[in-house]
Amino acid sequence: MKKNKIVLRLDDFRHLKAGAEIYFSGTLYTARDQAHKRLVDEIKNNKPLALELPGALIYYCGPTRTLKGKIIGACGPTTSARMDAFTPLLLAKGLRGMIGKGDRSKAVKEAIKKYKGIYFVTYAGCGALLSKYVKSVKTVAYGDLGPEKILKLEVENFPLIVAIDSNGGCIYGQD
Amino acid sequence: MREIQALEISKAVMELVRRANFSLRPDVLFALRQAYRREKNIRAKKILQALLDNAAYALKENLAICQDTGLPVVFVQIGQDLKIKGDLKLAINKGIAQGYKKYALRNSIVSDPLTRGKPKFAPGIIHIDLVRGDKIKFTLLPKGFGCENKSQLKMFLPTVNIREIKAFIVEVVKNAGPDACPPYVVGIGIGGTADYAGLLAKKALLRPINYQRSAMSKLERELLNKINRLNIGPMGLGGKATALAVNIETYSTHIAGLPVSVNISCHALRSATEIL
Repeated sequence: MKKNKIVLRLDDFRHLKAGAEIYFSGTLYTARDQAHKRLVDEIKNNKPLALELPGALIYYCGPTRTLKGKIIGACGPTTSARMDAFTPLLLAKGLRGMIGKGDRSKAVKEAIKKYKGIYFVTYAGCGALLSKYVKSVKTVAYGDLGPEKILKLEVENFPLIVAIDSNGGCIYGQD
Repeated sequence: MREIQALEISKAVMELVRRANFSLRPDVLFALRQAYRREKNIRAKKILQALLDNAAYALKENLAICQDTGLPVVFVQIGQDLKIKGDLKLAINKGIAQGYKKYALRNSIVSDPLTRGKPKFAPGIIHIDLVRGDKIKFTLLPKGFGCENKSQLKMFLPTVNIREIKAFIVEVVKNAGPDACPPYVVGIGIGGTADYAGLLAKKALLRPINYQRSAMSKLERELLNKINRLNIGPMGLGGKATALAVNIETYSTHIAGLPVSVNISCHALRSATEIL
């Protein structure tokens, strides 16, 4: 994982094509299964959202706990497909993109295209290595979910591969 | 009669928790290095290098190899001439909980599968077997669930053509696709009952991968070749290394059936063993 020092602003994502490898510096929010269920429940019940969705990048990740003296534990991606049922609604509400591992459903691909979102994958099963790129961690919501709570991560040169671009191009091929 | 205290068992399990989660098995490391050497696809090679770097970094920094520190599965072989002072299962689960807590691993276990609730460190899944002797052997396998989710069982007819069994196994891997952290290790259990085939498939993951000789090695090699022609590759982005190994375990079964269970492991196949 060589560093390229490409710092991306959110507006830059639109120009990225599936297959492109980038290094992202900025803010990510962790959210996985139960956090997605809650966010979607909040939207459906018109409740205030625990996470400000417009412009946000969600990282499907539940890190290990943090050892003393470290910023974060192992923090690799979890299987994105489990979030497929929730993703189109979050994109409709302004979510900018997602980071995870593996392929997405047809509905997610269509929603990415429609709302000009983006889906990245990162080094799967490299949780220890990826912890190097995390510079700070703050709990945002759902503390009771333990490893599934929403964290705000500031990352530097976090390695990403565009898996589904804003035009619907997909690294895994079209279904 | 030889005696062993529950506290000793908890301590041994705690140590297995550390070893299994921080240091990748030597046979898995060897297979990853071999896959790296054989790989021609540039991106696949780069990913395999990252997997090797990750294993080295985890060991150096006392970090979990993967954030999914799994559902701990513990295989216990108790010598029938050994007396255990105290509660064996309690001692094992205590060792798991203390180890996961001490080494800052993830609390990934919910007490109730339906209502879920706040994740905890334990209990693990415990398989107990009675053998000859006065020793006790523990093997801890922290099983990640991205890959566990892709595991499947099929009850074949006893008259089935083996081609159909092979096709099913390859299909299970194909279905796992890029989602469950390839290159995979494919554990297969053939025979027994539905539940026993599942246990055999899980046990197959414990057998060292590559260069072993088993009664099934011809079938294992054939399946590995078929799987590695799927071009799923590391992270599902193409390449030769879709699986590092296929391990098959078999057992007697009924005249009316032929259970086949496939248990997928991600490349971070972790386990550690201790004999007391």
